[in-house]
Amino acid sequence: MNLLIKNGRIVDPVNHVDQVADLLIADGKVRQIAQEIPVTPDAEAIDATGQWVVPGLIDVHTHLREPGFEYKETIRTGTMAAAAGGFTTICCMPNTKPVNDSQAVTEFILRKAATEGMVNVLPVGAITKGCQGEEITEMGDLREAGCIAVSDDGRPVMNSAVMRRAMEYASMFHLPVISHCEDTNLAEEGVMNEGRVSTELGLRGIPNASEDVMAARDIELAALTNAHLHIAHVSTQGSVELIRRAKEEGIRVTAETCPHYLVLTDEAVTGYNTNTKIKPPLRTLKDVEAVRKGLREGVIDVIATDHAPHAQVEKEMEFDSAPFGITGLETAVAIALQLVDEGVLTVNEMVLKMSGKPAKLLNIDRGHLSVGAVADITVIDPRATWVVDPPQLKSRGKNTPFEGWKMKGRVTHTIVGGKVVYKG
Amino acid sequence: MELKRKDLLDIKGLDQEEIQLILDTAESFKEVTGREIKKVPTLRGKTVVNLFFEPSTRTRTSFEIAAKRLSADVINFSVSGSSVSKGETLLDTARNIEAMRADFIIIRHPASGAPHILARNLRSSVINAGDGLHEHPTQALLDMFTIRERKGKIEGLTVAIIGDIAHSRVARSNIYGLTRMGARVRVAGPPALIPAEVETLGVSVFYDMEEALSGADVIMVLRIQLERQGKNYFPTLREFARLYCLTQERAGHAKGDAMIMHPGPVNRGIEISPEVADGLSSVILEQVTNGVAVRMAVLYLLSGSGEI
Repeated sequence: MNLLIKNGRIVDPVNHVDQVADLLIADGKVRQIAQEIPVTPDAEAIDATGQWVVPGLIDVHTHLREPGFEYKETIRTGTMAAAAGGFTTICCMPNTKPVNDSQAVTEFILRKAATEGMVNVLPVGAITKGCQGEEITEMGDLREAGCIAVSDDGRPVMNSAVMRRAMEYASMFHLPVISHCEDTNLAEEGVMNEGRVSTELGLRGIPNASEDVMAARDIELAALTNAHLHIAHVSTQGSVELIRRAKEEGIRVTAETCPHYLVLTDEAVTGYNTNTKIKPPLRTLKDVEAVRKGLREGVIDVIATDHAPHAQVEKEMEFDSAPFGITGLETAVAIALQLVDEGVLTVNEMVLKMSGKPAKLLNIDRGHLSVGAVADITVIDPRATWVVDPPQLKSRGKNTPFEGWKMKGRVTHTIVGGKVVYKG
Repeated sequence: MELKRKDLLDIKGLDQEEIQLILDTAESFKEVTGREIKKVPTLRGKTVVNLFFEPSTRTRTSFEIAAKRLSADVINFSVSGSSVSKGETLLDTARNIEAMRADFIIIRHPASGAPHILARNLRSSVINAGDGLHEHPTQALLDMFTIRERKGKIEGLTVAIIGDIAHSRVARSNIYGLTRMGARVRVAGPPALIPAEVETLGVSVFYDMEEALSGADVIMVLRIQLERQGKNYFPTLREFARLYCLTQERAGHAKGDAMIMHPGPVNRGIEISPEVADGLSSVILEQVTNGVAVRMAVLYLLSGSGEI
């Protein structure tokens, strides 16, 4: 069965397309984009009047938790959440149990994703064995098995010599090295941003410097090794400036930030809501403004979710004991639209940062709607309003800081390889 | 006459009138505690549970005596370790206690914000007896009571708080309370023990102790936790004491009639010298006496039980 998306606003920044038209999908590929493509009996029609038809969104930073932490999320539920959030491709981080540091784990994830997954899953392999920061992984094997990048996300490689060797080795396989920039010694026992609010709440602080010093180190190592460094979840003014300078100097660095660093500050922690406990922590307004500026100016290439589901019982703990992390797949589009509404991004920039740019940094042929391209497509109703109600979310993790928020903008259709995998 | 709130979680959320009301009420209770028969029937039939997740003798005893003098039944419930190590969540523990129909839960916990979890989820009145590095509201109330009793007022006084400000819930509660009541508050200690952006709470920061003490009406010395040593907040207790121990000579930089306070327990010779701790200007034991009256006032005002 073919699919015909009628009368939507087709936004395809990679091809400089932004027009109201019809889009025909046949054999899982984009067949034709034109005005008034006639409805035929072999095509199912989707009326997209007033909606945006965009390349399927790509999240370069997701935690699917399987294998090992199925009580938090599974490949099944995580990809359902991705589909509901408009993501057609997601990259899953290696901090599972066991860690994805071997071909066997990568193959397990891909097999599960093929049989139970709703969207494309691209595994990120570990930089070091067990994410222990000591011995680098067999990246050749990982690459062959299907990993598209390496990262020790959540457990940064503290030893600079190990990181240097990892970057050198990864660059041989054209694997981007995704760095969670945090000097864990400097972050100490911190649980939130260090500043006025941490002082008021009596919670231990994590200074901006803990992110900035590692961003600076990794940028220097990228310059030394000529590896492709991708800096995850940028949260500080300092790291935005470091990345800006690195790019001006021609160092191979890309960067992502997450929706929460664009709309929330450490004030959100007031009341000790553990669904605001994340790493890096929510920072101050000054940082939010700098990250927004960096995103607008292209210093930050990509919006990623850092979707990090946890079980409710874990988040019901005291703030000090609760794990770091919040969910994000199902709220990202609405938050990104808020930035469009506020004039931070144009519609084209938003789409580019959630599809074209992530595809480019992962070096995959996705993120555009050229004729002949795989039909990974997201249809968004930018005017639909809804309220974030955690039990309604598809993810097993209900740990969203946006509970009760009135959102504008919702995914109506998520299409993967020409098949509708989600209908809102 | 009552507090229009279910819980006492912090001083930050109290306005001037509420603090005034608690201090005034505590005055009446202080009179009660001075009687031959130190007991009133105000909370007869009520159950007060002391839920302590940290070792404490003085605060727990003070609450227990306060509740008993109001004729309430008191249960002490001590738990060691956090919910993680126990395998039961804090909330489950508290729900079990509430299920036994406790009217008041007085909680001390090593995690900041733990009392807030209970307050949000329970019908019982929750009183914070110290949470992590956050607040210790009844300590600040008894400190303010003691200052007011000695000085006749709080407004316009200069109060110097000395030592480990960063890890002190006593300091935080006093900063909120004293500034709200119109005092000028100074804090002094080595930089690693001064919390980030503490000036935004309306205090001035000093690293030099003598400067901080100069012209002060009240000196509040904080307990230094011995475990802080070896974590590079300061090199050794020896050097900490050399720089920040309140000695007779240093106390001389404050006003002649300055009063000297300490929330206890005292590390003699480290943050305060024995002569000063036991000297004429010291009100350390008065603080303890007043603690009972203030806690009686808090229990009474949260219960909404009418006349004393």
